[in-house]
Amino acid sequence: MLRNIGKYVQMLWIVFSRPEKWSVFRVRLFEEIQRIGINSIPIIGVMSLFMGGVIALQTAANMDSPLLPDYTIGYITRSSTILEFSPTIMSLILAGKVGSNVASEIGTMKTTEQIDALEIMGVNSLTYLVMPKILGAVFFFPVLIVFSMGLSLVGGWLSLIMSGLASTEIYTLGIRTDFEMGDIYYALTKGVTFAFLIVSISAFYGYYSKGGAVDVGKSATKAVVTSSIAILIANFLLTQMILL
Amino acid sequence: MIEVKNINKAFAEHHVLNDITSNFEKGKVNLIIGQSGQGKSVLTKCIVGLHEPDTGHVLYDDRNFTTMDRKEKVSVRKEIGMLFQGSALFDSMTVQENVMFPLTMFTKMTRKEKLDRVNFCLDRVNLEGTNMLFPAECSGGMQKRIAIARAISMNPKYLFCDEPNSGLDPKTAIVIDNLIKEITYEYDITTVVITHDMNSVIEIGDNILFIHNGSNWWEGDRKSIITTDNQEILDFVYASDFMKEIRTSMQASRK
Repeated sequence: MLRNIGKYVQMLWIVFSRPEKWSVFRVRLFEEIQRIGINSIPIIGVMSLFMGGVIALQTAANMDSPLLPDYTIGYITRSSTILEFSPTIMSLILAGKVGSNVASEIGTMKTTEQIDALEIMGVNSLTYLVMPKILGAVFFFPVLIVFSMGLSLVGGWLSLIMSGLASTEIYTLGIRTDFEMGDIYYALTKGVTFAFLIVSISAFYGYYSKGGAVDVGKSATKAVVTSSIAILIANFLLTQMILL
Repeated sequence: MIEVKNINKAFAEHHVLNDITSNFEKGKVNLIIGQSGQGKSVLTKCIVGLHEPDTGHVLYDDRNFTTMDRKEKVSVRKEIGMLFQGSALFDSMTVQENVMFPLTMFTKMTRKEKLDRVNFCLDRVNLEGTNMLFPAECSGGMQKRIAIARAISMNPKYLFCDEPNSGLDPKTAIVIDNLIKEITYEYDITTVVITHDMNSVIEIGDNILFIHNGSNWWEGDRKSIITTDNQEILDFVYASDFMKEIRTSMQASRK
């Protein structure tokens, strides 16, 4: 494990070298924003809408105490969404989607000698392939998280209106109660950190995969498992550092 | 010219290359032959810098490649074209983008100049009009030719071909062999070809290096490989019953 961590750090050192050509790097960066970020919007949208609805319904269903004000439903939905659901759970979902994609793409390039072809041409394959992916994810994950927050709250509102458990006024009052901008910054910090972990860990497993199709599959699995664990550990550490 | 001096390479306890020394001459097709698992690919990867040799040196026109830093190696690599066994084309790019890739990365050509160069290279390998195809839409022989077009797009001084005929029918294999030979003579470059294919050995082998047990076992040209008495070479060249029959009939006709 220590050896892998050392290799991972060495890889990152090479990844963040100066690109051969900035114009090519810019094109690659936009390609990766499209692949990693924009292509993830549909799944994030659907998940957020439904999960927001479920969070609101469960909160409403469990509010038996008459001492709790009605707007607590909106308050809890907002807090759960902003603090944990949108940054952490969405990142875990993206670890599966983006992580397996990155690891299998780079792993296949490795086993089909495309990475060797880049190196022979004099291209730093890690900088060319991995840096745009990491930066693309780091730039776009915050956008996805804010998008997820918005849609989750909309999902919560729709479910409450349709079920008649709370009115729009009560729900929005809950959302606005004790709102702190710091919570958004905390969520975005987590998003940026998780984006970096997902893509760099997945690229590591893809880049150092050996063998054929079966091994690329194993690398993709390892990438998803390891990046998910890394997200959970980082989530714990960031919560300790920022919120407490 | 490429000079290889006393190259040794081991993976853990397994010695793959043992003190290999050889010269690959300019303007000639230099072949590295040998049975599978004898170290041909490892030697080639040591020469192009994909593996670091444990000891020994590789010199490109008297420039010591093994002692260079990464930046210097990159400048030498820009003079290298390589055809990989599986072609190694970028499957997310079209044929045109594949051939244009090194030009985009390393030159300041305008788009029109790059397109002209791409079309010239594709014409040279008889693949005009295939610009917009993706590698997956091309046959194995076409993929090899696209890889050759990409390899020559930067006017390389050195061309490496790793089993250029693997997976091809004999007729297409001859087309690829002839293309490699023509390009070598036309551009006066140093070409190194790894092959198992005896047709290639006879057709294009100006200089031949036979690797056996990771060592430089024999060197010669295509004429001397037919007449040598070296048993390991005979086992390799005349491996099939058909080739053995040919050898017997050749010996009979000599008597």
